[in-house]
Amino acid sequence: MAKTIKEINEKLKKGEAVVVTAEEIIDIVKKKGVKKAAQRVDVVTTGTFGPMCSSGAYLNIGHTKPKTKLGGGRAYLNGVPVYTGFAAVDVYIGATALPDNDPLNKVFPGEFKYGGGHVIEDLVAGKDIKLTATAYGTDCYPRKKLETWVNIKDLNEAVLFNPRNAYQNYNVAVNLSDKVIYTYMGMLKPNLGNANYCSAGQLSPLLNDPYYKTIGIGTRIFLGGGVGYIVWHGTQHNPTVPRKENGTPCVPAGALAVLGDLKQMRPEWLLGTSMQGYGTTLTVGIGIPIPMLNEEICRYTAVKDDDLWTQIVDYSEAYPQGKKESLGEVNYAQLNSGKIVIKGKEVPTGSLSSYPKAMEIATTLKEWIKNGDFLLSEPVASLPGPETGYTFNPLKERPIKN
Amino acid sequence: MRKNPYPTPPYIHLLEVVEMISKRIVIHFPYQFADQPIVYKLVKDYDLEFNILKAYITPEKGGLLVLELSGEDKNYEQGIQYLKEAGVKVQPLSQDIIRNDRRCSHCGVCVPICPAGAFMVEPLTRAVHFQDNKCIACGLCVKVCPLRSMEIRF
Repeated sequence: MAKTIKEINEKLKKGEAVVVTAEEIIDIVKKKGVKKAAQRVDVVTTGTFGPMCSSGAYLNIGHTKPKTKLGGGRAYLNGVPVYTGFAAVDVYIGATALPDNDPLNKVFPGEFKYGGGHVIEDLVAGKDIKLTATAYGTDCYPRKKLETWVNIKDLNEAVLFNPRNAYQNYNVAVNLSDKVIYTYMGMLKPNLGNANYCSAGQLSPLLNDPYYKTIGIGTRIFLGGGVGYIVWHGTQHNPTVPRKENGTPCVPAGALAVLGDLKQMRPEWLLGTSMQGYGTTLTVGIGIPIPMLNEEICRYTAVKDDDLWTQIVDYSEAYPQGKKESLGEVNYAQLNSGKIVIKGKEVPTGSLSSYPKAMEIATTLKEWIKNGDFLLSEPVASLPGPETGYTFNPLKERPIKN
Repeated sequence: MRKNPYPTPPYIHLLEVVEMISKRIVIHFPYQFADQPIVYKLVKDYDLEFNILKAYITPEKGGLLVLELSGEDKNYEQGIQYLKEAGVKVQPLSQDIIRNDRRCSHCGVCVPICPAGAFMVEPLTRAVHFQDNKCIACGLCVKVCPLRSMEIRF
């Protein structure tokens, strides 16, 4: 008995739909079986809350008197450079942007206390942000200097636009060398001192819809505490990877490009993040509803942590040198237990992604949907799946000879 | 009347109940104490064992020691009294590492980093608990926390 999103939305509007989280569906399928679960449940909500580096926001600050052309000039928000390569008063602030005078790793490991991600958090929080800019001036946009406070409520547009978020699975990072290393996966202690991982596991959106059967372009989502949409596949989207029998990839695979109105988002779900010795980024909260259109889709959402596998990768040598070597496979139940065994050694694990916050997102989205405040949308196009052979490649360097 | 098979020893009034305690404290002492063997006195006069967890001198605060002191409870109390009377500021360590609960997202990166095992993941909800009585104030978690939700204050 197949359902359509239209039918589900009708039930939602009447307040009759059955909505559960991706954790609750596991027990429901266990007790009642996939067939009954697919009939009884209408929507399964997923969630994730972790650092997502390919994030940023574009803003339209409005015209000054006389007019200024920021495009082609230089501009800074709270000392962090913003991209001024389009139009006159459109700028883009990226999560990993750093102030010009940031000491970086000159005294190792650097603290990276304030960057683009922190500007975005401050902006969403409604704080006043310092905008300083210089422009080269034209006849129609003669002004050459601008220094003003700006606030999100006065901006014409503030749009969160993240080219790569919600990675479908990720590596477990370890350090085989004898020195501490500082990476985007956190501080890694030498000689397999710790193993860091980053995924919401059984709550993770794309791990609950591994073949992108329902999640697509145009899917309405929970983004940063407000409503957003999936607008494209994420950069480095890689559906053509080894997968387990349950369809889930055992290496990083798909990704999403998401977008939403920053003005209706909340700073608790968009947090400026400092990775010691590495840089700044933005921790983003995303939640995606999965409509139970048929049994197959329901089966995918019943996936649990011990069915989800990933690879252990050495970040001291193999990862930086681009060597595709795996030190072994583990599942998320093992990672969540606090210890895994690598090369015969017991290694304590640390998660970068917050499971409790992912649960809060899935639960919040469940409430929004049950209350009829959030209707599901029909995707207008699919994300490239493994059948397309879509994959991602390293840069093929062709040195420029003089 | 049955005779008590375990008669009270005749010297009971001479026995005292001795309790051994071990506490972590932070002591601040102004510059003029820099050359005084304060910790040595704690050992010699009050029979306390010490373990220095951290020691430094700052321009604003003078000398600072984070110590783990162990010994009989009476000696410990007297030792602390000596420090206070000498003009040294004493405070328990656990008050100095604070977690900003509103900012902490319970991710878990701190858990394997803490050398004292002060962070623990609750199995069902996966919330991260910070047990400040285990904390030795090393400060590793402060810089490792991606959201900067740990604060160290002396």
